[in-house]
Amino acid sequence: MNAVAATPPAVQQPWWRQLGPYNMFTGIVLGIGGYLLGALVIGATLSKGIEAQIGTDQNDMELVLGMLFGLLGFLIGMGFLNYPFARLRGFAPSLREKEEHGIWRYFTLCTDHKVVGIQYLWGVLFFFLIAGLNAMFIRTELLYPTEHFWSADRYINLVGLHGTMMMMMTTSLVLGPFGNYFLPIMIGSRRMAFPRLEALSFWLLPAAEVILLASVGARGFPTGWTGYADLSVQAKLGMDCYLLSFALIGVSMALVGFNMLATVYTMRAPGMSWGRLPIFVWGVIATAILQLLAAPVLVASMALVLMDRVVGTTFFMPFNGGSPYLYENLFWFFGHPEVYILALPGFGIVLEVISVFARKPVWGYRLAVAGLMGVAFLSFFVWQHHLFVSGINPDLRPFYMLTTELISIPTALVFLNAMGTLWRGKITYTVPMLFALAFFFNFFIGGASGIFNSDAPSDVTLHGSFFTMAHFHYTIMGGLVFAFFAGLYYWFPKMFGIHLNELLGKIQFWLFFVFFNLTFFPLFAVGMLGQPRRVSTYDPTLQTLNDWVTACAYVLGFSFLVFVINVIYSCFFERRVAERNPWGARSLEWQLATPIPVYNFDKVPVITATPYEYGVPNAPAVANLNPTREQVVAAGG
Amino acid sequence: MSAARPEHDGRGVNWREKLRPSPEMRRVLLIWLVLSVIATPLVVVVLGPHLPPGAASDVAHGQQQDNTVMTAIVTPIIIALLVYFIYVLVTFRRRPGDTADGRPIRGDVSVMGAWIGVTLVIVIFLAAWGAYELFPGETGAGGGQGPTPLALATPADASSALPVQVIGQQWAWTFRYPTYGGVETTELVLPVNRQVRFTVTSIDVIHSFWADKLGVKADAVPNTSNVAFAKPVKLESSTIRCAELCGLWHGHMYAPLHVVSSARFSAWIAEERKRSAPIQHYLPPYASKYAPEPTYRAE
Repeated sequence: MNAVAATPPAVQQPWWRQLGPYNMFTGIVLGIGGYLLGALVIGATLSKGIEAQIGTDQNDMELVLGMLFGLLGFLIGMGFLNYPFARLRGFAPSLREKEEHGIWRYFTLCTDHKVVGIQYLWGVLFFFLIAGLNAMFIRTELLYPTEHFWSADRYINLVGLHGTMMMMMTTSLVLGPFGNYFLPIMIGSRRMAFPRLEALSFWLLPAAEVILLASVGARGFPTGWTGYADLSVQAKLGMDCYLLSFALIGVSMALVGFNMLATVYTMRAPGMSWGRLPIFVWGVIATAILQLLAAPVLVASMALVLMDRVVGTTFFMPFNGGSPYLYENLFWFFGHPEVYILALPGFGIVLEVISVFARKPVWGYRLAVAGLMGVAFLSFFVWQHHLFVSGINPDLRPFYMLTTELISIPTALVFLNAMGTLWRGKITYTVPMLFALAFFFNFFIGGASGIFNSDAPSDVTLHGSFFTMAHFHYTIMGGLVFAFFAGLYYWFPKMFGIHLNELLGKIQFWLFFVFFNLTFFPLFAVGMLGQPRRVSTYDPTLQTLNDWVTACAYVLGFSFLVFVINVIYSCFFERRVAERNPWGARSLEWQLATPIPVYNFDKVPVITATPYEYGVPNAPAVANLNPTREQVVAAGG
Repeated sequence: MSAARPEHDGRGVNWREKLRPSPEMRRVLLIWLVLSVIATPLVVVVLGPHLPPGAASDVAHGQQQDNTVMTAIVTPIIIALLVYFIYVLVTFRRRPGDTADGRPIRGDVSVMGAWIGVTLVIVIFLAAWGAYELFPGETGAGGGQGPTPLALATPADASSALPVQVIGQQWAWTFRYPTYGGVETTELVLPVNRQVRFTVTSIDVIHSFWADKLGVKADAVPNTSNVAFAKPVKLESSTIRCAELCGLWHGHMYAPLHVVSSARFSAWIAEERKRSAPIQHYLPPYASKYAPEPTYRAE
């Protein structure tokens, strides 16, 4: 009960606050209660008289209301309503909550951005593990050209779960852990602009994932991660879980984007001009803009499908004026920016890492920023390249072909930056550097295969085939996941005060890199030879290739096990304690003590230089961490 | 490091000096040039004829040429990046005992300009080439174009084409020949060397009609007639698959495709008409598209 001692004794908590500690467990209890209330009382009452739903086990009304009330109960139990209600009742604003509660703060609404970052890290890794296991199950089925291991509906559910979970998880794979943890520190701030929204954006993630996993108990959903209507309208109850959870992720994404932008805009330390922001922060800014603008479209389209399913509207049904094309447009208008939401923070990380380990400034800082922003801007103008053969306005195909190919120009600027940074550098092959370099190899193959996909005549063969599947795995897994591991190995010593084992890290890297390529490169050929995505049966002549891919995929999966072993070994057995700045990096987070104190900075720092002055004679330190009042004022503070 | 003026001071640049590549860069360019000159023709000649979707129809052949051109463009780019990265990673690695930082070389306007220029030229060429391939109607006509295909993207002999309606449903394909009394079959048989006009539709959810050997893919969307063209030129059999996830048995949504001689096609279609004459009366009337009524979930 140190926590009680730490709070000022004058504050007498109201009696109802003393009933529960407001943590994950009260959240779960109230969540279950909310579900029962929503489903068995409200939902059951409202669905009376709707012929399509009573008398079947397909009562969407009950499930949806149950989930919504369950979510509400969970958020109340987590304590998300305490602050607004306290303010309504006239209590003074308190900025921070539960920041000094030891291990328990990781299971509560905590407004410390570093706690949220670590919550995100383990949260996404846990779901990454489940989704990765699904991938192993899918590949196991594809050992044989006909169904052997899973029935057709299990298989289709596995495909949907794998895709949806990965897509949800990867939206916060970088922004969640590293964005929340390091962005405020990198700009010299003590917190995010909206710490409670930050906590909310995290706690929506486990809620969404639990709802998504609940679809397994509601007979799954057959639509894959794209959820095309009108298959989604026709699908069984599990579909509602997909729609609700994806909508929640959309809300979470929009909140994250909003929060990140507000933080960078308002919370920069004196002297942190836009031109001194680390590239990673620019990557986060570009991503945040996309999230803010694209995610609401996702939430809206999910809500419309829910309306079609629950209350019988026909937005996406091909009769009564509805159209499946409407869903395709809405979904991909979100969906294409979404894939750049996945890619852009990765660009930021790898440029950061390459600069540190080549011991050189980022070659063209403004060019890199222009590249990131250019990708973000163009990504809103390309979505119909997912619909080249759908028959949706064929005259626009050349336009979307052009815009899609134009994206390679800003992307190439990021490549040019990496190439320029490496030139005449002093390259050290640490584990994060290896991952960052592999990022460029993989992402380049992803991009080069994208040229084929972007070409409308060529896309006739490639659309919806394993080629496309290999293409986006190269960009997301080969790109984002490699960048994530680069960031994790790079920042782990700062986040946890412990070095990950270098040898195990290298073993993981080489297994991952080699078997990633051995797994996914043959899939280009598999797709070109006529195997569609998401099928459990295929042409028997393709069995050799598929078996090869499956065998390599198992080793790929094993490489993640090496990572888990590495974390356990390094944290519990080796315990090589990290010094303040093991990589000799210049950026602000490495100048702080490890572990970083709750308030990050004792005084508001004054930023005096960019973080990339490697090799510059007499370069000033990146920041004055103990400035005098005059220095703060002089820097515009 | 000994230079009095910092490297990144962009003023007073001697352009002739700037644009002359360093010995290292010259070596990279030379290796790239040699490898590209060897590899690119090799890719076109050796890999090109094996690229999908083959040459079983006019559109398939066009797409194969399209793929060959793009592979030929991509090959030197891949080689450039590989050569650059491998060279740099080997040459500029940190030597043992060296603790200094690298020289702080920063953005060079001429390099940036050249890079943007080159990527822009490649992109404009690719887009223009793609659009050009789309329009004569020999390459791009295999993709679904919706109910009203562009005149530019329609093959010249489209007016005399054999119309075939492709109807997707969960989880089977039906083929309807409107000019032969609307006879319905479950296998697609086409005469060789005759333009075919596929009108693809669905009676429930979105499917995608993929005749991969013919280079045809068109989404089957309910209440829409999605048109695609192909002229088969090879006598061969292959399999049609559904390329858009359409539910439980998506993986089992096959249909056989046979390209046969004109005479055999006539015989086959006459046989089919005779066989289905007794049930023809009960089939729903031919329509170019179908709008399904709401189907509530079974069970």
